[in-house]
Amino acid sequence: MGMITGAEILIKALEYQEVETAFGIPGGAILPAYDPLIDAGFRHILARHEQGAGHMAEGYAWATGKVGVAIATSGPGATNLVTPLADALMDSVPIVAITGQVPTHAVGNDAFQEAHTTGITMPATKHNYFVTHAEEIAQTVAEAFHLASTGRPGPVLVDIPKDVLNARVPWRDPEPVAMPGYRPTTSPHPRRIREAIRLIESAERPVLYVGGGIIKAGGSEALAAFARMTNMPVITTLMGRGAISDHNPNTLGMPGMHGLYAATTAMQKADLLVAIGVRFDDRVTGDPDAFAPFAKVIHADIDPAEIGKVRAPEVPIVGDARLILEAMCERWGDTPTPELEKWWTTIRTWQERHPLRFDQQVDGPLKPQHVISRLRDRADDDAIVVSGVGQHQMWASQYWRFDQPRHWINSGGLGTMGFAVPAAIGAKAGMPDQQVIAVDGDGCFQMTVQELITAAYERIPIKVALFNNAAHGMVRQWQRLFYNERFSASDLGQQLPDYPKLAESMGCAGLRATRVDEVDHVIETMLEIDDRPVVAEFVVDRDEMVFPMVPAGGSNDIVLNGPEDL
Amino acid sequence: MTEQQVLSVLVENKPGVLARVSSLFARRGFNIHSLAVGPAAEPGLSKMTIVVRAPELEQVKKQLHKLVNVVKITELDPGSSIEREIMLVRVRANSRQRSEVLQLATIFRATPVDVGVDSITFMVTGSPTKLNDLLELIRPFGLVDLVKSGRIAMNREPKARKLKAVG
Repeated sequence: MGMITGAEILIKALEYQEVETAFGIPGGAILPAYDPLIDAGFRHILARHEQGAGHMAEGYAWATGKVGVAIATSGPGATNLVTPLADALMDSVPIVAITGQVPTHAVGNDAFQEAHTTGITMPATKHNYFVTHAEEIAQTVAEAFHLASTGRPGPVLVDIPKDVLNARVPWRDPEPVAMPGYRPTTSPHPRRIREAIRLIESAERPVLYVGGGIIKAGGSEALAAFARMTNMPVITTLMGRGAISDHNPNTLGMPGMHGLYAATTAMQKADLLVAIGVRFDDRVTGDPDAFAPFAKVIHADIDPAEIGKVRAPEVPIVGDARLILEAMCERWGDTPTPELEKWWTTIRTWQERHPLRFDQQVDGPLKPQHVISRLRDRADDDAIVVSGVGQHQMWASQYWRFDQPRHWINSGGLGTMGFAVPAAIGAKAGMPDQQVIAVDGDGCFQMTVQELITAAYERIPIKVALFNNAAHGMVRQWQRLFYNERFSASDLGQQLPDYPKLAESMGCAGLRATRVDEVDHVIETMLEIDDRPVVAEFVVDRDEMVFPMVPAGGSNDIVLNGPEDL
Repeated sequence: MTEQQVLSVLVENKPGVLARVSSLFARRGFNIHSLAVGPAAEPGLSKMTIVVRAPELEQVKKQLHKLVNVVKITELDPGSSIEREIMLVRVRANSRQRSEVLQLATIFRATPVDVGVDSITFMVTGSPTKLNDLLELIRPFGLVDLVKSGRIAMNREPKARKLKAVG
């Protein structure tokens, strides 16, 4: 049998997993792997920072539904991956990270660029591996992909010392993965489904509360069908935006801290929450003791640990969200669709009384909500929107209308600033024929801006709508509301940097709008340019705040709809 | 003292498994009252006996289950399980106190393993309650040093069946 190096085995193992694109940066310990990579059957995109590579892998995974791959060297290369790994763990994003490690004999001796990668990433991964023999590489990679993409998806890291990459061994096809301690439950228990349907049938004010789990499970069709059968209002969390179309009349939008009034309030007044693929995050529940006080709870999730973690449900269901919804549809069968007339009348009243609103004066400062709305109306129907973290993220989630899953990508759980640009690059690399628009804030943008060089160099023409309020906007909003307007360390400077010039220096097109009458033209130009990445800077009102708002830790009964409620 | 619960956890005997378990406890803010680990009867597996606070039990079990190297978790019922701990304790005992200390030790079946001029070291095995009782009684003499193994435990063979068989 022919002998090949561990490095060649690694590349072959990635090809075996049908990898199409990987994102990474070479360095000493991973160098052996980068040699056969030249001839690999997949594309490698050279990021400018390992954090960028990690978020690109996440964006790729979100957009395509496949496993994203990030490659880095030992020590700082690996530690730079920690943020995207933690991000992927929080948001259940399937990625596999491959890291080089110092040679086995040097491990533990404080060698150059040595870090205890598996130790550091243990709480930031679903699982990680330290490979000690080249013969184990192919099987380990197979297990890593299996773990990343099944059950509750998540990040898996494989750390390989340099001598293992250099060792010569024969290739062996990986065997079917069998791990005695890993058997996720996917099929729901029929008795639980019966119990759930019984509760739904007798509910007067039911709400479907759905999240990212639906998207990961590919459960959107079943969700739409079940919502139609049961006539329940559907509330999509930040991670679940697009799980059901925003044009569906049953959809109420996002609940919680910056959620729509009707969505947040419907949960508060509901007598039944049908929670699927959600985890009762604090941004959704507010004070958990005051959350949905009248509601019985059906909680369905692939991860049993999420069930009962925050709220004890009346009916727990462990399983895959799509299978659960399909089983519910089947069980519901020909049961007549309830009118829920009183409930819907109440909800419609809330919607009419408290819609999203902003006030854009013709000659006044630019309002970010106005820009988002114009961009939404002009972008392709199947555009993928990627956001960073903060005010712009909330406005994007509030004002965009998502029609399908996997068209909204953001950092929800970890709240990673700097996520948007690299994640957009990853999304565009995976879905090159779709418009990919990063909605970003100036604070976020400055954290990973160098990845625009990657985008330009690799010809990945993403579009960045940059909301420049010259501040860490959400920090500034909290300082205004809760810290007596003492704006400590939240000012970023209006003219620093000159964003269009910065963009152009990195091989991108740079545009700017400062007045209302410039917005449409800049958006049109931005959407037209398709031969390179574009950064369109919108200089927006720095005093604009995100509403509605439930102050952190407060009860969701008290929603501030605007500054007048303060 | 909060009520305690004993878990017997079967894990794959792979490097870093103990670190994974303790990292999980640290990350989730769970309390470990005691943890003991050693090889299991099945080759390639180890058994951990973990004593946790009862209110956290459900989450501890579920989170432990998420560790890929954890194969099986058994919740041990105090009524139908055997719990043991080993303790080495050195107590102050000069020539005048020696016989009194030895007498106490005999009651608890503590074995003297080292005798010096001013102290005696005993090895004691038994249930945690027994060890604590002995400690209380010898504390007045003066504790010089103390080390405990952490609790190990396993289920008894189902009693009902055995009794029936006997008639």
